[in-house]
Amino acid sequence: MNFSEVFKQSNQLCKVSPDGKYLATCVQYRLVVRDINSLQIVHLYTCLDQVMHMEWSSDSLFILCAMYKRGLVQVWSLEQPDWHCKIDEGSIGLVSSRWSPDGRHILNTTEFNLRVTVWSLCTKAVSYIKYPKACQKGVDFSADGRYMALAERRECKDYISVFVCDDWHLLRHFESETQDLAGLEWSPNSCVLAVWDSCLEYKILLYSLDGRLLSLYSAYEWSLGIKSVAWSPSSQFLAVGSYDEKVRILNHITWKKITEFEHPATIINTKAVVFKEVEKRPVVGSEDLSIHQLTVDNSLFSTQSKYEITQLPAQVPVIKPDPDRANPKIGISTLAFSADNRFLATKNGTPLSITYARPVVDAVTLLVNSTCREVTIICYMMHLCCWS
Amino acid sequence: MGDWWTPAMMPDPSLDNKELSSISGISMSPSRQNSHHSLHSTMVLPKTSYSVISAFCTEENISQCIAYINQEVCSLGLTGVSLESESGGLSAVLVLNLLYEVLQLQRRAQRALHELETQQLKNSSDLEHLQHSNCRLKDQLEHTRRENSGLHEGERQLQLKIKTLQNCLKSEKEEVQKLQSIISSRATQYNHDSKRKERECTKLKERLNQLLMDKRDKKLSIEMSNYVGRSDGKRGLWKTSKMEARHEGEMYRALLSDYETRQRSLVLENSELKKVLQHMKKDMIAILSPKNVCVQPEPADDSLEQAVSEGEEEAGDRSRESLEQSCEQAREQLTNSIRLQWRKLKSHMERLDSQVSLEREGDEVMSRKEHEDEMQRMRLELQQCKEFIHMQQQLLQQQLSSPCDEETAALLNDCYTLEEKERLKEEWRLFSEQKRNFERERKNFTEAAIRLGHERKAFEEDRAVWLKTQFLNMTPFVDRKRPALSEPHGALAVSTEPEAKLQSTPPLVTKSQSYSVFSTPKAAPVKMPSTADLYRTLHLIPESRLIFQLP
Repeated sequence: MNFSEVFKQSNQLCKVSPDGKYLATCVQYRLVVRDINSLQIVHLYTCLDQVMHMEWSSDSLFILCAMYKRGLVQVWSLEQPDWHCKIDEGSIGLVSSRWSPDGRHILNTTEFNLRVTVWSLCTKAVSYIKYPKACQKGVDFSADGRYMALAERRECKDYISVFVCDDWHLLRHFESETQDLAGLEWSPNSCVLAVWDSCLEYKILLYSLDGRLLSLYSAYEWSLGIKSVAWSPSSQFLAVGSYDEKVRILNHITWKKITEFEHPATIINTKAVVFKEVEKRPVVGSEDLSIHQLTVDNSLFSTQSKYEITQLPAQVPVIKPDPDRANPKIGISTLAFSADNRFLATKNGTPLSITYARPVVDAVTLLVNSTCREVTIICYMMHLCCWS
Repeated sequence: MGDWWTPAMMPDPSLDNKELSSISGISMSPSRQNSHHSLHSTMVLPKTSYSVISAFCTEENISQCIAYINQEVCSLGLTGVSLESESGGLSAVLVLNLLYEVLQLQRRAQRALHELETQQLKNSSDLEHLQHSNCRLKDQLEHTRRENSGLHEGERQLQLKIKTLQNCLKSEKEEVQKLQSIISSRATQYNHDSKRKERECTKLKERLNQLLMDKRDKKLSIEMSNYVGRSDGKRGLWKTSKMEARHEGEMYRALLSDYETRQRSLVLENSELKKVLQHMKKDMIAILSPKNVCVQPEPADDSLEQAVSEGEEEAGDRSRESLEQSCEQAREQLTNSIRLQWRKLKSHMERLDSQVSLEREGDEVMSRKEHEDEMQRMRLELQQCKEFIHMQQQLLQQQLSSPCDEETAALLNDCYTLEEKERLKEEWRLFSEQKRNFERERKNFTEAAIRLGHERKAFEEDRAVWLKTQFLNMTPFVDRKRPALSEPHGALAVSTEPEAKLQSTPPLVTKSQSYSVFSTPKAAPVKMPSTADLYRTLHLIPESRLIFQLP
């Protein structure tokens, strides 16, 4: 594998455009846009402050740079480099900023989650959405970009608002039966909304597009509950990872558990293939990587490492986290389905431990002794398919 | 006469003194002496038995009575009443004494009887009492045993209960521990959240303060160079209720389309599964078809019949099914028929399995080849056996029908009888030896007997001589008698031994004369006496002497 020269970046802000033509990186307050084939700088923009968050618009025409400290969002156009746009939230502050699916609206979440401001680039209009909930994942856009689900909390109760992204018309507003909503996610076919509760209660609710409760699933009570949720690309399966180190798969017809995957400390399943990484250079640790980010780091690619198949039963190194701390680092933290719905990758425990990949149907385990770097590789399912 | 009274004379303990006293008085009365009738009538009344007792003794049989009474009394150990024959009457004193003694006896006997009775009553009551107590104790024992077993059972159950409760306790403890850990984790989570919220609150307060203090209020604004066109190129639309309705409509359309696609896929899956099931059913019917009848005739008939009927139904079903694919009844029919076929197949498989296991274990069912080999072997054996029997028969026939020549026959016969002859000779020898011994002994015996006879004769002669001499010595006629001594010597001998020589004797020569000590030459030729005479002589046979000589 040939590596290019290293490019500087800060805050791990390095994103390829959705159409795959450009690569944008942020260096402090500068935004550098390169052509992906030649890696030549195509554009260079300067922001007013250190960029905390950078995002391509869905049509790859615009890039937004958010500066949370200043409460500013700047939008740059690729077609017209002269075009500029600056959104100032004022004294109210800014906590997060994102594009809408159509690429023409920007949603800013103010400080203290007071409101969500929807700025339209077409009309300069502003819309406000009150009482958004500050949780792990309070906003989700449907896959086709038509609807947006937003979690709200009024008077100690959770509500869900469904907006039509076209004109931000409130389509549905209904109460959620969660105690403390932690996240919501649309199914890929945009017809079902999965809503799950905080870790104090294992509860996952399934609402249809029009706000009817389709089903409720709760595996157990009292122990710490759901940690991560993932839909399969065909919307047929819903994978729920919990703090008890198990993944439960629900099917879309009955919304009942069809299978359960465990993550034991010793792999004895004869059908499993265990890859162990043999390193020749010390591990370069890095902080939490979200599964949707790509790290360009020389050290990653310069380390010589091989994967060799170990004998079964394989002992998996487990780092016992401190159970007395809140949000303990046990349980299934990441879930990802392969594109063909056949495999599911899970990450159990601390970042320095294991990733499992298994077929949804057969439960054959592919074990990879991973460091955090492997996570990044795993998230590109095509790589996994190559290995298998 | 004495015998006649014996039944009536049984000592009756119920007789009291009055009656006894009246006996003596009544016994003298001559009034009812020959009354058989009265005797019989008075037998019915044992208490008033005067007439019975009066019938015992009459005028005529006083002596007999007395004798009888004496006899009885003697047997009791008392002194008898002597009969004074001159007076014809009894001595009253003796009778009274006798009576008194009898009374005493009677009283003693009664006392003894009384004592015995009381003793017996006591014993019986004791026995009863003991039996009762025994029964009671047995019951008690049984009862206590049962109680004991019941208590054991109760104890065992309690032990079981204890064990289960201990297990419950253990599980409960574990549960409690688990719950405690859960509670602690939740508590930490709550604490963390509350702390976070509190921090946020303080930040908010600070911000508020800051805002209140801060005069400059930055307004939120957007600056854009120029408006950007919409991504889809269309113009923006006003928000109207029509728009809202359109949105709603779109939403529902989206949902409906999703449901439709799902339903379509499910229907497709369903039809595929149905096809698969039908194929399975066909296959199962094929498997349970006639070519498997030879293995299991009886049950297969049923299945075949049913399969046939099923097949007929199937045709109808299929046509119907194709029309109403989602029909409930068709689905149920299909599933039921599949289940039926599957059950039959399963039972068939089980039968086959059991057959295979039987084959492995037992010898009854064998493969064809082995079977044939076995048959061949058995036929061979049979042939051999037949030949053998035939041969045996022939030989036997030969044996029985004709011997080949005389010599060999004789030889054979000799061979067979030689042993017998030998045995017979041996026995004959023994027999003759024994006979000789017996003759010898007999001879000795008879010789001894003869000797003894002679000796006896001699002894008698001597005795007679001695007596005669004695007698003659007593008389003055001594000289005259002496020459007559010798004559009656033999005569006396003859007269005193009339029996010894009268019978004829067997013609045996004897040498015993030489043995006899007192034998005289004048004795007649002694003939051997017979055994009976011998025995009689030796007083071994008792002569017909009367034991009781009546005067």
